[in-house]
Amino acid sequence: MQFDTGVKPSPCSPFVRSIRIGAGQGFYGDSVDAALDVARSGDVSYICFDALAELTMAILQKDRFRDPAAGYARDLPAFMSALLPICRPRGIRLITNAGGINPAGAAAAVREVARRLGMDDLRIGVVLGDDITSRVGELQASGAALSNLDTGASLDEVRDRIVFGVAYLGCAPVVRALEMGADVVITGRVADASLFVAPMVHELGWGMEDWDRLAAGVVLGHLMECSAQSTGGNFSGDWWNVPDLDRPGYPVCEVRQDGSALLTKPAGTGGRVSFDTVKEQLLYEVLDPRAYLNPDVVADFTSVQLRDAGQDVVEVSGVRGRPRPDDLKAILGYLDGYAGTIAIGYSWPDAVQKAQRTAELVERMVARSGLKPLDVVTEMIGVDSTHGSAAPIPDDPNEVVLRISARFATEAEAKRFPRIATPLGLNGPPFIGGGVAPQGARALLGVWPSLLPRQLVEPGVEVSVDEVAAV
Amino acid sequence: MSTRRVQLRDVAQARSGDKGDLANVAVFAPTGAMYAAFLRELTAQRVRAHFGRFVHGEVDRYEVPNVRALNFVLHQALDGGAARSLRSDPLGKSYGSLILRMEIEVDDAELDGVEVGRRPPR
Repeated sequence: MQFDTGVKPSPCSPFVRSIRIGAGQGFYGDSVDAALDVARSGDVSYICFDALAELTMAILQKDRFRDPAAGYARDLPAFMSALLPICRPRGIRLITNAGGINPAGAAAAVREVARRLGMDDLRIGVVLGDDITSRVGELQASGAALSNLDTGASLDEVRDRIVFGVAYLGCAPVVRALEMGADVVITGRVADASLFVAPMVHELGWGMEDWDRLAAGVVLGHLMECSAQSTGGNFSGDWWNVPDLDRPGYPVCEVRQDGSALLTKPAGTGGRVSFDTVKEQLLYEVLDPRAYLNPDVVADFTSVQLRDAGQDVVEVSGVRGRPRPDDLKAILGYLDGYAGTIAIGYSWPDAVQKAQRTAELVERMVARSGLKPLDVVTEMIGVDSTHGSAAPIPDDPNEVVLRISARFATEAEAKRFPRIATPLGLNGPPFIGGGVAPQGARALLGVWPSLLPRQLVEPGVEVSVDEVAAV
Repeated sequence: MSTRRVQLRDVAQARSGDKGDLANVAVFAPTGAMYAAFLRELTAQRVRAHFGRFVHGEVDRYEVPNVRALNFVLHQALDGGAARSLRSDPLGKSYGSLILRMEIEVDDAELDGVEVGRRPPR
């Protein structure tokens, strides 16, 4: 059986005229089903998987605390077990940042999967060098202040509480791994969009100072990295008319050599690709749209032209870029106490008043207990947790969940906090409906955004590609 | 020409996201005329007041005419950031819905071609 990979050789260029790339994952914890649809019916040559977010880095760090062999997305082996048997015969190459803060450990786990599948000749690429956890002192000595990008604060504020640090890498090391023949590329903190830019650069022959094309790649990567958020998921228009969101198609793009592209999804899947669904994702997590900073280019999102080009097809064109920033973005994670949370549900009548009274009772019990919360957030879910003071308090709702979350310096205090409220199940206001058992303490990690001169990071980036049998 | 008050939920799309302790809230107009109304009505100052206690820093407004959107960046708006937030919505995913609660004054011409108040079947 022949599979059309979408790669069309050009008569006068070693590079293809267009390339089809699919998205396989939008976050750590995503289902593999949509990636399988992309592999089977997306007609793609590459599938890229974005497993990392700021919060995910913090979660992976907690894993690595407990087990030094952990620190990568635990579902990576399951993804590879399901995908490799389909992708390998079709020649579809897989690029993932699921290596998290331990790409080498992730590669070892994928090698195990490949061996079990009898794929001893699978070539696995690994990108290292984004991890700056142990280099903070050295980097500061080299002149990187690592002050807070948002507030300007000095790193001294959190210096002794830092537990991880990563710099955002661009597409270059992934391109290198593809040049070296990797079938699967595993990275740590490569910027989300850059995972998608790498195969475009590799296949279409774009230069690393070809700012408009690189910017076009970043826009496409940005539109694909959050999976169904551009194909009908979280759509704020007429969401009720979007079909089959139990199995939406993840984005697939066909990128031409000039950087223009068609964005679509695999045939037979749910969701919707239209000007209205795609534009929402264009601005997701974007600050200044004229200057979207990526390690390889500054993209102008106000230059992007989106046009409905058929059923579930949107054309993306016109993207302009400017030279890459001098600095790379880095984030450092630091310990910031522990949270304990109380949640008690109250039913009609007067559920709001009961919740308010209980909040007062808890405040008095905390004061008597000797617990010293550093911050407290009190919410009435069903009343004010999402809209705060902008929404009127409903007249007499059917139910309200009181949720009080407090931050403490110690884990012991955070564990004790929910327990002091348990007597209120019998002693407090009446008609508890749907109580929530006291939850364990949760370690809180602050995220410290910063900038780092690229010459302090890029020389240390390592790319290796090895056949499974050779390791 | 007469004017009327409309709530953004009846005319706009929105999406919000997080970046550290910053949140972005994008609000999209369905037509060019409505986008002009957004430019006039939706000031950074009004948005900041509307978000109340959730936002401790400044609010910046960016214009995105190619998709008829305004992008608001809310500083110190996520209780220190998702991994240390005590809130039940640590990522500010619901901020998009919060902006849709705002009301603006529009004239009849600005409502031309706008389908007002679509709702899911009950």
